[in-house]
Amino acid sequence: MIFSEQWLREWVSPELETQQLIDELTMAGLEVDGSMPVARQCSGIVVGLVESVEPHPDADKLSLCSVSDGEESFQVVCGAPNVRAGLKVPFAKLGAQIIESADAKPFKIKKAKIRGIESNGMLCSSEELGLEENSDGLLELHENANVGEDIRSSLKLDDTSIELDLTPNRGDCLGMIGLAREVGVIARKDVMPLDFPDPIESISDEFEVRITAKDACPRYLGRVIRNINLNSESPLWMKEKLRRSGLRSIDPVVDVTNYVLMELGQPMHAFDLAKLEGYIDVRFAKQNEKLELLDGKEVELTPETLLITDASKPVAMAGIMGGMATAVSDQTQHVFLECAFFAPLAVAGKARTFGMHTDASHRYERGVDYQLQRTAMNRATQLLLDICGGEAGPITEAIGNLPTPIVVSLKHSSISSLLGIQMEQEEVRDILGRLGFGFVDDDGEVFNVSVPSYRFDVSIEADLIEELARIYGYNNLPQTGGLGNQSLRSKPESHTELSQIRQQLVALGYQEVVTYSFIEPSLADTLFPDQPGVSLQNPISADMAVMRTSILPGLITTLKYNENRQIERIRIFESGLVFQDSGGEITQTAMLAGLVSGNKMPINWNNNKDLSDFYDLKGDVELLLAMGLEADRYTFVAADYACFHSGQCARIERDGALVGHIGALHPAMQRKMGITGNCYMFEVELAPLQERRLPVASGLSKFPEVSRDLAILIERSYASADVLANVRANAGEHLTDLRIFDVYQGDAVAKDKKSIALGLTWQHPSRTLSEDDINKIISKCVKGLQDVFNANLRN
Amino acid sequence: MADPNSLLAEALQAIEDSSDEKSLESLRVHYLGKKGTLTALLKSLGQLAAEERPAAGELINIAKHEVQKAIEARKSSLVEESLNAQLSSETIDVTLPGRRQSQGGLHPITITIDRITSIFETSGYDVAEGPEIEDNYHNFEALNIPSHHPARAMHDTFYVSPGTVLRTHTSPVQVRVMEGGKPPFRMICPGRVYRCDSDLTHTPMFHQVEGLLIDENVSFADLKGTVIDFLHAYFEEDMPVRFRPSYFPFTEPSAEVDMGCVSCAGKGCRICGNTGWLEVMGCGMVHPRVLEMSNIDTTKYNGFAFGMGVERLAMLRYGVGDLRTYFENDLRFLQQFN
Repeated sequence: MIFSEQWLREWVSPELETQQLIDELTMAGLEVDGSMPVARQCSGIVVGLVESVEPHPDADKLSLCSVSDGEESFQVVCGAPNVRAGLKVPFAKLGAQIIESADAKPFKIKKAKIRGIESNGMLCSSEELGLEENSDGLLELHENANVGEDIRSSLKLDDTSIELDLTPNRGDCLGMIGLAREVGVIARKDVMPLDFPDPIESISDEFEVRITAKDACPRYLGRVIRNINLNSESPLWMKEKLRRSGLRSIDPVVDVTNYVLMELGQPMHAFDLAKLEGYIDVRFAKQNEKLELLDGKEVELTPETLLITDASKPVAMAGIMGGMATAVSDQTQHVFLECAFFAPLAVAGKARTFGMHTDASHRYERGVDYQLQRTAMNRATQLLLDICGGEAGPITEAIGNLPTPIVVSLKHSSISSLLGIQMEQEEVRDILGRLGFGFVDDDGEVFNVSVPSYRFDVSIEADLIEELARIYGYNNLPQTGGLGNQSLRSKPESHTELSQIRQQLVALGYQEVVTYSFIEPSLADTLFPDQPGVSLQNPISADMAVMRTSILPGLITTLKYNENRQIERIRIFESGLVFQDSGGEITQTAMLAGLVSGNKMPINWNNNKDLSDFYDLKGDVELLLAMGLEADRYTFVAADYACFHSGQCARIERDGALVGHIGALHPAMQRKMGITGNCYMFEVELAPLQERRLPVASGLSKFPEVSRDLAILIERSYASADVLANVRANAGEHLTDLRIFDVYQGDAVAKDKKSIALGLTWQHPSRTLSEDDINKIISKCVKGLQDVFNANLRN
Repeated sequence: MADPNSLLAEALQAIEDSSDEKSLESLRVHYLGKKGTLTALLKSLGQLAAEERPAAGELINIAKHEVQKAIEARKSSLVEESLNAQLSSETIDVTLPGRRQSQGGLHPITITIDRITSIFETSGYDVAEGPEIEDNYHNFEALNIPSHHPARAMHDTFYVSPGTVLRTHTSPVQVRVMEGGKPPFRMICPGRVYRCDSDLTHTPMFHQVEGLLIDENVSFADLKGTVIDFLHAYFEEDMPVRFRPSYFPFTEPSAEVDMGCVSCAGKGCRICGNTGWLEVMGCGMVHPRVLEMSNIDTTKYNGFAFGMGVERLAMLRYGVGDLRTYFENDLRFLQQFN
């Protein structure tokens, strides 16, 4: 909300400079977003009286004026169409400083000859004073303006527009009287009382008001005003106050309702009485009812929409916007003024569902003072009669179910226990009293406090304590150092922290990335066609419309992004949740994924330029799996996924259960996505990675190790993991190491065969293994390999 | 009998001329071995007259000793020469860079969360995590944000279905922990959050760390102390910190926290919008209704909560200028943090 500092000061005027006032408001919880002067700098401009006007002898559009500054008369040449004798206008005298437009430099008014006639000064428009962006004539001052008075003081131009960013609980500050109340408490200054004269009711016409939706509309006031003159113009003081509050002057009726909105925080609406039929009823819409709004938009209403209707049709969306059909126009003679209280819950969120936000809905959603309607109605009536003339009828009031006044108990001791300060009872009474709270009773320890009808945000003790704290000043409250009993806490050693896993990857040369959790649907479909994803109902853009079922699309996108920037060697990883729709149930699983592309090692002065391959990545993954000290629970099983190369892809299983996958990006995908480099990726569930076995140490054997190598020739298609498992099963309990130290397929062996060389090591805990022991084991191993794999022993 | 002196001279010359340890060894055998020439001379002493033997013997022994000494000296000089030759031939350019894997690193968001976490862990805070797709109850209702509350407009919410959202803050994690446990609680909840907003200063996904402390007799003073201590610890600077009344449905009283600008020391600059202050956190005393909804006895327990944006803290700490660079993952940007 934007307000004029001068307007506020008409209600309460603390001894604070503008900047101090801004700071105090901010520190009391009414955050000031910005401020700007209401007019540009100028000097030497006074209220001038145009005494006479004659045509310029040599120019049709110019006039020769005699202008008085109260002491002397000056000859001034003027081109404005509205110049006429008797007018009071801003008069820039010789030597005056003026800034003609927002980005212009100041210039000095000098004696000039215009078409041969001497001109001693300039008559100004509101544009030239910086009050309006465009104006097409002189600014016409009020007939009572003091001739000769400096224009800055006459128009109160030394004023500031202050913009507040109010939190949604403070609807009560969306009007000058609410703001004044706050400033009154902050500065401990009394505020002008609300005391408007009642307008004279010169006619007895009423228009019937009914309330069907009694909870949604607790109060509705209407008044008929006949014979208003819509050709009249709002006075300059009103236009200026509205302008300084960020509102444009439209016509007297709109200006008056806006003025009351700004002054009291009470939205109002005026209907053209001639277009209303029968009676007013406040009710919820029927299905498919339609209403064309003031802004020309036609909306289809739903049964949740609260309406103002007449006997035959909806005429306004309650608390949001009036209808076009019953709007006041320049033909209007008689108006029906509405001043209502709609319950916040009945209005909240409604405007938003229609993509709207109005000054009225903003206030009703937050809560308008439900005792203020009569005051506001009388204020608006009087202003309207003053400007447009006319005759006012009596107020017609309909009452629904009004809110029950709230009384909150406040224990004096709660203040010290929650805030850590001793606040005198008198201070409590003063602060809450100035804020409008009433004291129902108190016994010296418990205050029973009635909540004013404009505070919808106070219902419990903590709310009252917040009021006290914010006026006392949060920064004046004490602070403690640290808090509570410290006790040593256990850290389970059976759990590997994610940070440790990340560090392992960092040590392996991986860079962590963070990609969006929502991805492009087509990318998700291409890479993981079988995984049902979770879509957003209101994505921010089409390429961020589904939740990722895998981290890999994000990593591939990152690869592409960096490839496009000539970065060719990439090792990246990310951890985070992935989301799947398993038959209506959404599962959210923490995953870890990595991607490598480019050379095995960074370019160096002598290393080879080998590209990373499957086994480079697998080795890194194996190191991660080994962090739990139970690497042997994991197996890699050849697999086939849409996004992976069918011959270079494995499922990662833990005790036979799927926990991840690893492989090369499918060449077709690679082409489709325009990725030029090689690309290997893995993704594995985090939970198993974070499980860790506690190490159990055993004594070391003092007896020597014995090693044997075994080279076999088998069909290429056999998996080496199966060969190892077979050997391990036959190699006896004292086998301490088994490794493949060579794999050969090529010219020296048959085309469909491969040679595998195995190294076996044994050690017995309590004796030296004999040649005979080992030979027996080897024979058993060889037999096993022959039986299962039809292996030939090589020499 | 041969002359020991001429034999000695001949031997010394031969030793001097020898070029490796092998030829030196054969010289030793030739002169000093069992069948060596000097040994033979000693053996032939018996042929001399008894009175000549001592003098001749001494002469031969001196010669043997001399040869022995010469061989050893020559040997050590040969070893040294060969070592020097080896060292010289094996000399490399030690200024060439080492052979290694590339430098990995963590994302600045992770670095920041880790740093925040480690500060709170020293004060006994647990780290809790939770789902990112949340139900309305945990994201809103349980935090005292009913469906038509204007505060919901403060959260531009992504919807998965009418009752399911992408969490707009990490507070629902706190609700879940409170529901599943017994006070006292002391925890922080870091993680991804989502709001339907994208411009220069907003990304639709960002990170928060929210903290919660529930115990007996907790006061606003404890909240202030904790927040101020944290900011001083995080920025390693005792800048001024101020609390402004604000509004969050789940806390009462609520406050926004501003700290003196770390870039200009409060003088006013572009980063703080010339105010000298940076808005860094929101906080407050947990609303009793929030505690009640999670079945916490409000006659015994109360507490405070606070929350901060990770991207913002990282921006201020490391001078990151553009929020969007966090999620573009340009490796040249990320590697600045390694």
